[in-house]
Amino acid sequence: MTFLTYLINGLSLGSVYAIIALGYTMVYGIAKMLNFAHGDVIMVGAYMSFCSVMYLHLPPWLSVIVAMIVCTLLGITIEKLAYKPLRGATSLAVLITAIGVSYFLQNAALLIWGSAPKVFTSIFNNVESFRLFDGQLVIAPETIFTVIACIVIMLVLTFFTTKTKLGKSMRAVSEDKAAAQLMGINVNSTISLTFAIGSALAAIAGVLLCSSYPTLMPTTGSMPGIKAFTAAVFGGIGSIPGAMIGGILLGIIEIFARAYVSTEISDAIVFGVLIVVLLVKPTGLLGKKITEKV
Amino acid sequence: MGNILTVNDINVYYGAIHAIKGISFEVNEGEIVTLIGANGAGKSTTLQTISGLLHSKTGDVTFLGESIAKVPAHKILTRGLAQVPEGRRIFLQMTVQENLEMGAFTAPASTIPGNLDMVFEQFPRLKERRRQIAGTLSGGEQQMLAMGRALMSNPKLLMLDEPSMGLAPILVEQIFEIIQQLNKAGTTILLVEQNAQMALSIAHHAYVLETGKITLSGTGEELAQSEQVKKAYLGA
Repeated sequence: MTFLTYLINGLSLGSVYAIIALGYTMVYGIAKMLNFAHGDVIMVGAYMSFCSVMYLHLPPWLSVIVAMIVCTLLGITIEKLAYKPLRGATSLAVLITAIGVSYFLQNAALLIWGSAPKVFTSIFNNVESFRLFDGQLVIAPETIFTVIACIVIMLVLTFFTTKTKLGKSMRAVSEDKAAAQLMGINVNSTISLTFAIGSALAAIAGVLLCSSYPTLMPTTGSMPGIKAFTAAVFGGIGSIPGAMIGGILLGIIEIFARAYVSTEISDAIVFGVLIVVLLVKPTGLLGKKITEKV
Repeated sequence: MGNILTVNDINVYYGAIHAIKGISFEVNEGEIVTLIGANGAGKSTTLQTISGLLHSKTGDVTFLGESIAKVPAHKILTRGLAQVPEGRRIFLQMTVQENLEMGAFTAPASTIPGNLDMVFEQFPRLKERRRQIAGTLSGGEQQMLAMGRALMSNPKLLMLDEPSMGLAPILVEQIFEIIQQLNKAGTTILLVEQNAQMALSIAHHAYVLETGKITLSGTGEELAQSEQVKKAYLGA
């Protein structure tokens, strides 16, 4: 039964990583850049939810919407102010800018909310735990809803990118920007849309993460951000199903490593797995190497 | 038959490199016009300037009487000007049908089924493979897909950049036949080619481009007979 508990907890943590990794991988697919500030958008989302409940006394579900709206606007603003002027610049310049934005967000949060950790109240506070097998297996509502949220997001995104015109145009832009422009697709607004979607997902991830792990501080987003980036690379960066699978596997590996090996070196094991996977398959689990026909 | 496209004194730079040095030419409605020249002469650069992917420092490009020199690339297609880029540039990870749908991105949804039928009639192979991922098509099929994709918006002027590139001679002939059919059906064609012989054989008007300048112009037939062209491009 403990194995099952670990597995479910791993699935849940992995679902959070997967939702964050989606933001990384979509932005990478479209803008060909690693948005290292993505992890900090998670933190902003969590603070927004926290403040909405604490100071505005909004119901928890509404606080999630507030967090999503603020993060969407934040994501679009970051892209417009920090990344758009660098389109065509070297990828190193963009990468350093992204790290700069990350520090900016962390320090802005430090100024606004201070360094003392806030205790985040789970948005599922009023929901009963699930008891299975005569109470031998107790699953917290956060755990279940995180997994459900991840599945719903995956289904919606898959539908969006394969069945809708806008979603298909996003795939077209990620493959070939110039050709997409010749089709009449506005590349700049497609990039903005991608940042908007990724940041809204980050807000959801932030709320889910802090509902399970309730310590909220300005650096809350950075470690999950890096792990989710690892998950995106693990699954094959640029691939949406890859980010899902990479995130979930990473979560499960992390929880098992913590449970059966050691809490101290669980992160080392997680990154060790990444190194091994990249040695064996440099494009990640689902990453494709594209060969062009001439 | 009026004038559909006028390129007037364009100068295009890649950083410090002066790639196009004051080119002017025009395309009349209903014609096939070709730009021929060696690799690096500036043919593709000229097309990319017309379609807004690159911008000229001087002069103007007018399409159907309106200046399009400052129009962003993604707004050119709705004016009736489609480009089949060099190297096809189809979306390799999308299906054949999705590629064609992207070609109709700006077109009203009601026109899509009719245009799909029209493209499938012109290229039956694409119909057979409509659910296949485009990256798995052969080179010739990919060229057909690139052309079909450009036709999905019902362009008035179709610009083709090296459609013969990398194709077997029999496929090249097939592609050129299709170009002529499209032209007879009313689409004006601006064709950029290294295969001067094929291009001149179907062109009403032709221009020779050398290191960013137009050095010769005339009807397709005139240029095919010209000693200068024969020597440099027809291997005579």
